[in-house]
Amino acid sequence: MTLVTTLYVGLFYAATIILVIGIALRIKKYAQAPAPLKIPTMPAPRTQTGVVMRMFREVVFFESLFRANKWTWLFGWLFHFGLLLVLLRHLRYFTEPVWFWVNWIQPFGKYAAFAMVIGLLGLWGRRFLVDRVRYISTPSDHLILALLVGIGLSGLGMTYVAHTDIVALKSFVLGLMYFSPQPLPADLFLLTHLALVALLMIIFPISKLMHAPGVFFSPTRNQTDSSRERRHVTPWAQPVEAVQSGKR
Amino acid sequence: MADFEVPVLNEYPIIPKVKEGVMAHSSPFIAAEKFQTPLGYPGELPDNWKEVAIDKMGELLGKYRSLQVFLDICVHCGACTDKCHYYLGTSDAKNMPVARQELLRKVYRRYFTFAGKYFPKLVGAIDLSKEVLDDWYSYFHQCSQCRRCSVFCPYGIDTAEISMAAREILDTVGKGQKYCNEIIGKVFVVGNNLGLPEPALRDTLEGLEEEVEEDTGVKVRFPLDEKGAEVLLVTPSADFFAEPHVDGLIGYGKVFHEAGVSWTVSSKASEAANFGMFIGSYENMRRVALRIREAAEELGVKRIIFGECGHAWRVAYSFLNTLAGPFDFLDPKYPVPQHICEFTNNLIKENKLRLNKEENDHMKLTFHDSCNVARGAGMGNVEGGQFTIPREIIKACCNYFYDMPKDTIHDATFCCGGGGGLLTDDLMELRVKGAQPRMEALKRVTEDHGVTNLAAICAICKSQFAKTLPYYGFTMDQIVSVHQLVSNAIVLKGSEQEAELDGAAE
Ligand code: HEM
Ligand code: SF4
Ligand code: SF4
Repeated sequence: MTLVTTLYVGLFYAATIILVIGIALRIKKYAQAPAPLKIPTMPAPRTQTGVVMRMFREVVFFESLFRANKWTWLFGWLFHFGLLLVLLRHLRYFTEPVWFWVNWIQPFGKYAAFAMVIGLLGLWGRRFLVDRVRYISTPSDHLILALLVGIGLSGLGMTYVAHTDIVALKSFVLGLMYFSPQPLPADLFLLTHLALVALLMIIFPISKLMHAPGVFFSPTRNQTDSSRERRHVTPWAQPVEAVQSGKR
Repeated sequence: MADFEVPVLNEYPIIPKVKEGVMAHSSPFIAAEKFQTPLGYPGELPDNWKEVAIDKMGELLGKYRSLQVFLDICVHCGACTDKCHYYLGTSDAKNMPVARQELLRKVYRRYFTFAGKYFPKLVGAIDLSKEVLDDWYSYFHQCSQCRRCSVFCPYGIDTAEISMAAREILDTVGKGQKYCNEIIGKVFVVGNNLGLPEPALRDTLEGLEEEVEEDTGVKVRFPLDEKGAEVLLVTPSADFFAEPHVDGLIGYGKVFHEAGVSWTVSSKASEAANFGMFIGSYENMRRVALRIREAAEELGVKRIIFGECGHAWRVAYSFLNTLAGPFDFLDPKYPVPQHICEFTNNLIKENKLRLNKEENDHMKLTFHDSCNVARGAGMGNVEGGQFTIPREIIKACCNYFYDMPKDTIHDATFCCGGGGGLLTDDLMELRVKGAQPRMEALKRVTEDHGVTNLAAICAICKSQFAKTLPYYGFTMDQIVSVHQLVSNAIVLKGSEQEAELDGAAE
């Protein structure tokens, strides 16, 4: 095995561990912190089914963002759904035989990469052009966008500029999955692409990218409007009750 | 009239360009030790204040999922930046909701996250310092906790939650706000925000009975501390004497009278408001809420009904069951608590009130959705009932009603500018500037439909508008209570108005 292959094998195992454990720990934190009061942004659904629908509309259509700002919504939606299709398309490197629906989306996935990059550039443009967004942007906001654009462009490079050896790549990926490392085709686009992806995986749990799992834990979006019907009391409030009941 | 520039009202809303620090001077008076101690807070900055503040932040992170999640997941997308009335009215950068959150988030990152500990510059993390603390004090008292930003944020990040937490941290290091903390103290000692003692209350209510009898010829009662009444009415203390609040109280009294439902005010719980929410203190909010339960138990009532008050209704509707429940000693036929608008609207629907709309013909009305009712509570057990019910009442009482522009009503409503514990004279500049978006929308319907009056169901909104309307070329009496309209229109059985109407019909 070449040095490059060894490095990348190590990198991907480390990145995967960091990603999975990191996200799990964050989610544990979110799940364990109680929500002592009912604070859904009203009007809120009155049933659990309604809450599932609300969350579905938020996650799939970015409903609130659509109300807030059409440009951010457009670019944001292009980026995320481009990204989703691209990720699904990548499943062909991880499955053997390739699942039929993964084959089915291949042609769309090809263009989705453009949607993703255009969306990202639009979002990035806002960080320079809109004075309010410029004011709130931190260096890390720019770097994450740069990282994703880099991933997108290096990926597009392989599709449209310099093809990489797909068969060899797939055996590398499957090799990682089944713990029998295979050589990695060492061309520039691929190495860049993979290095950036590993970096993205590593920063995911320690960055704002946690919005993806986090949104499901947002009390203003995931609670029902039922406070008058059902009493909602958090464990930590119990001692408060005991202490104060003594007072009255 | 003012020693600051009153914002202009434009034909159509304009999002201002970001300006830095233009409201940095705005800070409410600090609470003296005597107002801090009764609430369990120190009177001044302790030597180890930094440690205390960070520890408190850590404690709150573990107690409130909202805080933990909201501080983590903001992506700086900017969707909320132009949604806050204080930003629109002041153009101060730190009044953009995300920038306000960032004041706390920067410190959170520094002390509680990997990225902030090791790469502070990259993610914008900073150490806690006196300057930061002052910034918190200033800008977390430029947030009325109206939740408008949370409507538009793709993750529902609610800056109100952040500013409640920040105020609680400030309180624990002895930097409390005088207005809120003094008031909470009064509630504990006297029973209401205004410090109105029982005899004064009794006097006022008797005065109202005389007034109504003079106007209508009917003896409508305004009872105090009457054991065995069916309904305990909990209403903001401003209803007992401020204008136009008191006209609303007269309206409730007439509605109860017509419905034949016995009711009473309690001197112990002579206040619906709960400023414990504004300062983000679960313990204080609970203590204030418990008075209502105790009063209900002592008076032996069957139902609890809240008068017109915005944040009180949020605490009542969303939190009361949690804080002071279960209310299994009350009549299970009715929701606990109920809003006076729900009560009145039910009677209207059942055709139990005779309403003469012409009595309100001198007014063309619009309705201001109060933020805490619109985004913090519900009504009528239907989604959006808090928007339809008050409007149905107004339309049943008035011939002329016109809504303000769509993006300024319902859940997109603009705060009056005085909510969240900011209704104090030492924040007048902020209050006037924060009212700008609402005033702009009002001007729109004034010009398009000749609207003359703005109706509201919140004591804070009413006081705030009475004070700020004149800055924008309106008059203070243009703000009215919803139940004032009911009071005008209602034709009491056996009243002079009834005789006149029926005489005219013959
Ligand atoms: C449940 C899944 C997800 C949801 C609902 C979601 C939703 C959103 C929304 C509503 C925004 C704000 C609008 C915008 O800037 O696009 C956003 C921003 C962003 N999302 Fe996601 N997202 C998800 C997953 C992801 C994933 C997996 C990534 C990347 C690996 C990602 C990367 C980003 C980035 C970088 C931004 C900030 C864009 C900027 O800087 O303007 N998101 N997301
Ligand atoms: S809660 Fe209201 S006042 Fe506070 S930041 Fe959000 S929009 Fe502004
Ligand atoms: S809308 Fe939400 S995610 Fe976007 S900047 Fe504002 S608070 Fe952050």
